[in-house]
Amino acid sequence: MTDETLKPPEDAPADDDHTQPKDEAAADATEQTPEPKVEPSEDAPASDDTAKTPPEPSTEAKPKLTDDEKAAKIAAAKAKAAAKKAAEADAEPKPPWEEKPVPPERIDAVDDPEVVALAGGIEGSVLSAERFAGDLTVTVPPGKIVEICGFLKRERGFSFLVDFTAVDWPEREEGRFDVVYWMHRFDDEFRLRLVTVVAEDQIIESVTGVWKTANWMEREVWDLYGIVFANHPNLERILTWEGFNGHPLRKDFPLEGIDTGAAIYPDVYPPGGGPVVKDDEGGKA
Amino acid sequence: MSGPKTSLFDVEEMEINFGPQHPATHGVLRVLVKLDGEKIVDAKPIIGYLHRGTEKLFETMDFPACIPHTDRMDYVAAATNNQGFCVTMEKLLGISIPPRAAYIRMILAELQRLASHLVWFATHAIDIGAITPYFYNFRDRDEILDLFEEYCGARLTLNTMKIGGVPFELPDGWVDRCRAAADAFPHKIDEYETLLTDNRIWKKRTIGIGVVSPEEAIEWGLTGPPLRGSGIRWDIRKVFPYDRYDEIDFEIPIGTNCDTYDRYLVRVEEMRQSVRIIQQCLDRLPDGPIMARAPKVLRAKEGMVYGSVEAPKGELGYFVVTTEKSTKPYRCRVRPPSFINLQALPAMVEGHLVADLVAVIGTLDIVLGEIDR
Repeated sequence: MTDETLKPPEDAPADDDHTQPKDEAAADATEQTPEPKVEPSEDAPASDDTAKTPPEPSTEAKPKLTDDEKAAKIAAAKAKAAAKKAAEADAEPKPPWEEKPVPPERIDAVDDPEVVALAGGIEGSVLSAERFAGDLTVTVPPGKIVEICGFLKRERGFSFLVDFTAVDWPEREEGRFDVVYWMHRFDDEFRLRLVTVVAEDQIIESVTGVWKTANWMEREVWDLYGIVFANHPNLERILTWEGFNGHPLRKDFPLEGIDTGAAIYPDVYPPGGGPVVKDDEGGKA
Repeated sequence: MSGPKTSLFDVEEMEINFGPQHPATHGVLRVLVKLDGEKIVDAKPIIGYLHRGTEKLFETMDFPACIPHTDRMDYVAAATNNQGFCVTMEKLLGISIPPRAAYIRMILAELQRLASHLVWFATHAIDIGAITPYFYNFRDRDEILDLFEEYCGARLTLNTMKIGGVPFELPDGWVDRCRAAADAFPHKIDEYETLLTDNRIWKKRTIGIGVVSPEEAIEWGLTGPPLRGSGIRWDIRKVFPYDRYDEIDFEIPIGTNCDTYDRYLVRVEEMRQSVRIIQQCLDRLPDGPIMARAPKVLRAKEGMVYGSVEAPKGELGYFVVTTEKSTKPYRCRVRPPSFINLQALPAMVEGHLVADLVAVIGTLDIVLGEIDR
């Protein structure tokens, strides 16, 4: 209704498909196709009637209508919202996969029994503790790491070191690296994460004496991050080769890599990496 | 081997290189073996030939873009790698996936477990000298790969899961074909077993080889069939159920003698259990959406999270660290089961013959793409 009332009452009956008068004028001007569309003409009488009758009130009635309509619309919307709300309240809640995802929160977990036991067992071992997405994370001082791990294994039953890794935070003041221990207890299938902050040049004790499996994991962390583990039986590079120059997972190591020929052929490539020496520059190549 | 060296002949210890280009090393694994005659005094695995810096690459990519790269780690079990990453990301972002997606994931993961165990069966047997199973296994693995191809277009690097669900609806008739394949499978496993289980040569080559006591297994951090072969009933699918494994009825087989033969039996039984899981999933496959209502751009909160799945090789874990509102992982560590299982190799082969080294590498079921990442 409203669409048609907006149309100017012209002799040529309006098409149903909202063509604007400009187009019609243009079409008339060209005169190539006086009546390009035959189909609408069949509907013309019907649309003529509706188009002819309301031409005068169309401009004046508009504000009136909107005023009335506004109130009506508001009322309708209110009713709709209320109905929707009621329907939602009546219907069972939406399944979780249709809701927006709810990201987990970080919760302080100093009161967790495991943390309390650790803090009670070793003086000053717990710096902070939090729970995130169900994982319990305890921050411990790096100096006591072997003592703490030994305590957790012997007294608390964490016999299984699941994972061991590091995270690099180059700009952090407290220390550059997080060293992360992730351990498992079989009695009640409980997992605990220890995080200890290590500065760039700081040496941390190896936990290979506590869990044998830490051996390769620590070698990997040494290889990729350059964290030195004291008392490790065999602290060699593992994924890169002996003599590789750099620690690839550090944030300042370029993603595209470095010239790695340096160590393999010291007589060809200058030690310490850098550009390849060409033949005419004195290298052997 | 301990004790003084009382050789009958005056033989010096000899060091030989086993690999990296040797068919029985299942990839580019190099083992530096120290031999006294034919006895192994010490074995030192040397790895890293396939290191591609996947963890470094993860740090430069959006969360969904990481998924294709997980395929390339354990390349004979891509679906479980995808699953591990998606499960971890869903834990981090708080997404819960619709049941139909979870069931499709479980079907794919168990098909993948079958395919992976078939590769293990074939290569393990061929390493020890039984050539025939290879043909049976690869014939039947092809059927599984056909199912994958029909579902997602790829056979090996599947990229078949998304954070929040699965990307595709099952094609028409896929369920029936999958059911037919699953129903026919137990008979095929019987067929393989007739070739090896009571084979005298097979038993002589595997019983008492590579023994790992349960305590040692935990100490070495073994997971998956090597841990269960040592008699510990432990499986991530039961301990920390992900997707909908808690609704499925299945058994965890364990070994008693902790040797290579028991690990063989464990894996064979695992295949039967996988078939059971697939059949149950197909029976119960619910209707509904296959993707959760997740935002287009995934943004994580600051935190660190670890999620893991039971991959065919063992516990496959992802440790993801994110900063506030990040769209990429700040750090994504993969806990590769093969890497940690391989670490026990020197202890398992010490005192055995060189030929047993091949058997032990086979029984650990390593994939170098995952070890070197």
